[in-house]
Amino acid sequence: MQLIKEVKFLIGKELLLEWRSKYALNGVVLYVVSTVFVCFLSFVSLKGVTWNALFWIIMLFASINTVSKSFLQESKGRQLYIYTIASPLALIISKTIYNVFLMLLVTLIALAFYTLVFDYVPQDMGLYILATILGSLSFSTIFTMISAIASKAGNGGMLMAILSFPVIIPVIIMLIKLSKNAVDGLDRSVSLDEIATLLIINVLVGAFSLLLFPYLWRD
Amino acid sequence: MYKSWWKILGAVLVTYSTIAGFLASVPPLPILHQSIRNLYFHVPMWFSMIILFSISVVHSIKYLSSNQQDDDLKSVQSINAGIVFGILGIITGAVWARFTWGQAWSFDVKQNFAAIALLLYFAYLVLRNAIDEEQKRAKISAIYNIFAFPMMVVLLFVLPRLSDSLHPGNGGNPGFNAYDLDSHMRMVFYPACLGWILIGCWIYSILFRVSSLEKNKQI
Repeated sequence: MQLIKEVKFLIGKELLLEWRSKYALNGVVLYVVSTVFVCFLSFVSLKGVTWNALFWIIMLFASINTVSKSFLQESKGRQLYIYTIASPLALIISKTIYNVFLMLLVTLIALAFYTLVFDYVPQDMGLYILATILGSLSFSTIFTMISAIASKAGNGGMLMAILSFPVIIPVIIMLIKLSKNAVDGLDRSVSLDEIATLLIINVLVGAFSLLLFPYLWRD
Repeated sequence: MYKSWWKILGAVLVTYSTIAGFLASVPPLPILHQSIRNLYFHVPMWFSMIILFSISVVHSIKYLSSNQQDDDLKSVQSINAGIVFGILGIITGAVWARFTWGQAWSFDVKQNFAAIALLLYFAYLVLRNAIDEEQKRAKISAIYNIFAFPMMVVLLFVLPRLSDSLHPGNGGNPGFNAYDLDSHMRMVFYPACLGWILIGCWIYSILFRVSSLEKNKQI
């Protein structure tokens, strides 16, 4: 019960900090919107496979930028302070949940803007939205843990990309397959395999993060 | 002698399987023809790699609970040895693909995912180089290693089964047992696997001993 209280408190802290500066959300929304716009200006019209792949590439870079902030941004002093008042489990859970929220918001805004700009709607929009939800879930769980590792290793951005890309590639491939099914409007029962695999990868990554983070956090 | 029996066994088995692999009779098969002899070399490479990476994960877990520097050395050296086997596995696979599938790298999922799995471990080595402080390097790389292992398993054994692949045992293809692994071939194949695994462990133990001597300034 102590854990739940701490998690709630830490999520509250993140939201409050975010609300005060509105830096991460505004920043990433602007990032996504301008990237989509650049893509629109260079491609003008897009359909089907390319439309789908481009969306995931934009989301990949947007999420790596957003989520990597969660640990890299914290100053040494604040980390030490959190270390003294909260358990590592509460910290990783709260960061992950907060990142999931943030990414969900950003992905849905991006998707709305993307469909609007390119004037193209996938045949099975419901399934596509499910894919984006699963995508933001997987991006957040994986990148949160990797950003913790990269921040402890002490040289941020570069290491973050090297460490996370091999881990994220299988997820991205599954996501592209799933959302391709949605774009083509295939029967939903075809996509169950991909959904199950994505959920399994998420559970796996979540479990390993929970197990390993306490070791990482203890200096 | 009683301590080095397994090295002798490994050397004898590898010698036997190499000679028998090139000279013993193989069943005549369409497409595969004589290239089926590659089974004695390609598959054992991957088995040895998996075993070496498992050894490395075990030592990483040990390191996290004991903080002995030796465990860290063991885990990095078994990864060094495992990567060599992984690269050899990819090369033998590409050669085999050249003569049976028509192209050395035909963007088959199995090949791609195997390459990505190796990228994970290259990232591990880069991560190690990025951190100067010994204790910290050992801890963080142990954590990344444990995190990467389940991903490697997913990449090599789960995802290729879900999509179309030419590789036996994937994408709905039968495994090699169903082709024609008659008892002749088994007589060579099983010893080859065991032999290469033992040789892999031998290489790893030599690497470990050299690096531990270097560390203690005895060389």
